[in-house]
Parts: sequence; structure tokens; C-alpha cells
Amino acid sequence: MTANFDLENLAATEAFGRRLGDLLFPNAVIALNGPLGAGKTHLSRAIAEGLGIANPVAVTSPTFTLIHEYPARLSIFHFDAYRLSGPDAFLDLGVNEYYEAGGVCLIEWADRVEAALPADRLTIRLEVVGENARRMNLIAVGERYLMLLQNLGPGV
Amino acid sequence: MLFLALETSCDETAAAVFTDEPRILSNVVASQNELHARFHGVVPEIAARAHLRNLLPVIDEAIRQAGVQLSDIVCVAVHNCPGLVGALLIGVSAAKMLSVALEIPLVAVNHLASHIYACRLAAERDIFPCVGLVVSGGHTALFHCEDALTMKLLGGTRDDAAGEAFDKVASILGLGFPGGPALEREAVAGNPQAYKFPRSFVNEPRLEFSFSGLKTAVLYTIHGQNVARSQTPPSGQNRSDLAASFQQAVVDVLAAKCKLAIQQTGLKRLAVGGGVIANKALRSALEAMAQREGAELFIPPMNLCTDNAAMAALAVEKWRRGEFATLELDAEPNFL
Repeated sequence: MTANFDLENLAATEAFGRRLGDLLFPNAVIALNGPLGAGKTHLSRAIAEGLGIANPVAVTSPTFTLIHEYPARLSIFHFDAYRLSGPDAFLDLGVNEYYEAGGVCLIEWADRVEAALPADRLTIRLEVVGENARRMNLIAVGERYLMLLQNLGPGV
Repeated sequence: MLFLALETSCDETAAAVFTDEPRILSNVVASQNELHARFHGVVPEIAARAHLRNLLPVIDEAIRQAGVQLSDIVCVAVHNCPGLVGALLIGVSAAKMLSVALEIPLVAVNHLASHIYACRLAAERDIFPCVGLVVSGGHTALFHCEDALTMKLLGGTRDDAAGEAFDKVASILGLGFPGGPALEREAVAGNPQAYKFPRSFVNEPRLEFSFSGLKTAVLYTIHGQNVARSQTPPSGQNRSDLAASFQQAVVDVLAAKCKLAIQQTGLKRLAVGGGVIANKALRSALEAMAQREGAELFIPPMNLCTDNAAMAALAVEKWRRGEFATLELDAEPNFL
């Protein structure tokens, strides 16, 4: 199942991320795709806010550090596959354990490691449609994610 | 008295031997940079497995280069935070193993505190209290360093680290890898005033950084409203101008925030660590700023700026205080 959300500015993107974060459940996996500068880290911070993170400022780009962990309503595991050669390198990080750790996995540049992602997940593609406007293309696979998409309300 | 230290927090596997003065006897890093370049900027294998494969040979080499025996070591030190847990654990486990096997104490050190301590090592005299700046691919943060072991975070990046911005903008400009040096080379022939890129928070009193907007500004300058980004990367003088203008924006922000930290803390010393300080424009700007502020600037040689184990000589300070770790020691992903 897919849905599109047209978000005309930064505030709308942040509100969308917070709403999504609020709806997330243990072991949720969110794949984030989109070009450089699309706002994947920014969206991750908004999702973390929706998950009740105490210190949203702590959410920064994991490009070099590869994994960040933040305490929140559910533990947040923030990954970035930008520097990785492929799915094997991602599996080497021990991601399978993180998927089952009871937290939420946010994965930037997930399309680079697609074969190492669980089949059941929410994939969000961030499309740049204007300087601050973004279109979020959501693809839900698996019962929990279909429910999540329904709870997120109508897209456009 | 001889110490052995291990570093496995991110990409590099490293080991070093030093004395309690402290004086460095060996500093070995199993650099994967050649591999990185060959795979065009992509890290082929940075996981725990690479550390596992590299660590014992690297320890052997550190012992050999120091001209000592493993049995001469009186204390083993390891960076246990911050970093990638799986990677840190390799170093932590090896250090515990050595501690048990050799019946010597174990000391845990913070990787970022070690980056600042590298300045103390190179200066061969006390540099504390000071303002500390760690600027690398993974970190951009300012610290108030009361002494070698007591540091308070003054502020860090809200999004991308400075080194990451260099790498990603180099990629946008179609330059090679590693992005930092490639971009710096391209900037030499460029006009740093050609483009007016944003300098986030530069006129605000907070000691925080943001480089994500700068990266996006470079993108929009190149592609304009062409959101499909079908444009080919810039070339010639224009590319040099873009590189120089981007670099100037990063340098201006870093120098301004260091100056602000010096003024806000009243400390007249600035100690810098991390790979980005290899950038000559940044060095010049910090030197000029420090001179104007009447502050002393400490920058260690490059082999102590990039990730290494010798900077873990900070362990000597903990050892003197009797602050040993137990075998319960764990890897911690976050700072402090």
C-alpha cells in the first residue's frame, strides 16, 4: 500500500514526522530514501520528537558514525548507509539484532542496503519539489505498517 | 613504565605504546584509506570484522615498533566511548583479555577527550584549562576542558559534522575521495567571495553548528529550481569558486565559534583535534583569530589529529588517579 503526502514547507514536514513518530510501535523499521539535502536527518529528528525524545538536538547525521542511539518512549536506533558498500556491510553492523531490540530503527540511505532490510517496513522516499517543499512517498509492507499508514490519515 | 592503548571506535584499528611521562614509543594505525579511495568513497568493510582481523597484527606491530615486550606493559588502555558499539567492543574485549592475561590494570578513556589530549601530548607541557574543538567527519563540538579528564560540552553540530559536509559537497561537485583534501585542492584556484553561502548561527551567542543548510545551498546554487538535478556537475573556474566559497563558509563559522567560546569562557587556550584541521585555510583562520584574541593555539601533528591510539595516553592521568575500569566495562555509543 502506498500514500503520498505533499508538505509545502519545513513546518509541515516537521509536523508530519512528529505525527509518524507518535504512531510508531516496538521493532518498527523506517527506511528513508532521497537525494542529498532532501531532509532525511531533519525528518528523523521530527520522528524522534514524536517518539518523545528528551533532547531532539542530539539527533544529528550518522553518516560517519553509522549508528546513533537515543533514549525515548521507544529506544531510537538511527542508521546511515551512505558510506556503506552494500547490504553485507550493513549486516556486519549487527542490524539484525537492532531490528529485534524493541526500539525503532530509522535508516537513512536505506536503498543502498535494501537486501539487508526486513521485508515488513515503512519506506519513505523524500522528493524535493521546491526549495522547502517535499513530497513524501510512503510504501507500507506488512500488517503493522498497513495499519500505521491507515492511522496516519489520508495522504494526497 | 609502559602503557598499551587500543582504538577501534570507528573506521580505524589502532594501537600505541607510550610511557607514563607520557612519551609515545609507537603509534600504529591500520588505515583503510587506500581501500576507501579504490571503492570511490565507499567504505568496503568498516564493521567489527575488520577490526577483529586487524587488531592483533596492529598490537604486535605497536609492540615491535616500540622495541618492547608485551610482558613489559604495566597498564592497558582502551577507548570505550563514543563510537560504534560493535566496533568499540572489539577493542574493549581485547583490552580486557590483555588485562586478565598480563594481570595489569585496565583504563577506559573517552575518544573525544583523547582528541583534545593529543594537543597536550604534542605540546609536552600543560595546556589545561582550555577550550577544546574536535572537528572531524563524525564530530564537530566545542568543549570547556577544566583539566585533561574534566570536560563539559559547550555545543556541537545540530545536523552534519564539518568533515561530513566537506565529503558530501565534494561529491556534489564531482570531486574525488577523500572529499576533504579533494575539495581543498579544488578551492586553491577559486575565489572564496564568489558565492555568498550561509554561515549558520554565526551572529548568535550559542555555541552550536549547522552545516546541513550550507550543503543544500551549494546544491541549489548548482541546480537552481531544477529539482530533478539533471545538471552535470560544474567544472573549471566555476567549480573552483564553489569549492572555495563553501570552504570559506565552513572556516568562517568554525573560527567565529571558537572565538566566541574563548570569549565566553575567558580561557586563553584553544586545543584542536580531528582530521578536518588538516585543512590549511582552517588552520590559518584559527591562527589569525587566536592571535587577535591573545590566545594560544594548540594543533598536534596530523598523525595525532586523525583517529589513533597514542592520544589515549590520557590514560596515564587516570592511572595516576587510580581510576581503573573493571571487567564489567562496556562500550558506550554516546559521549559521556
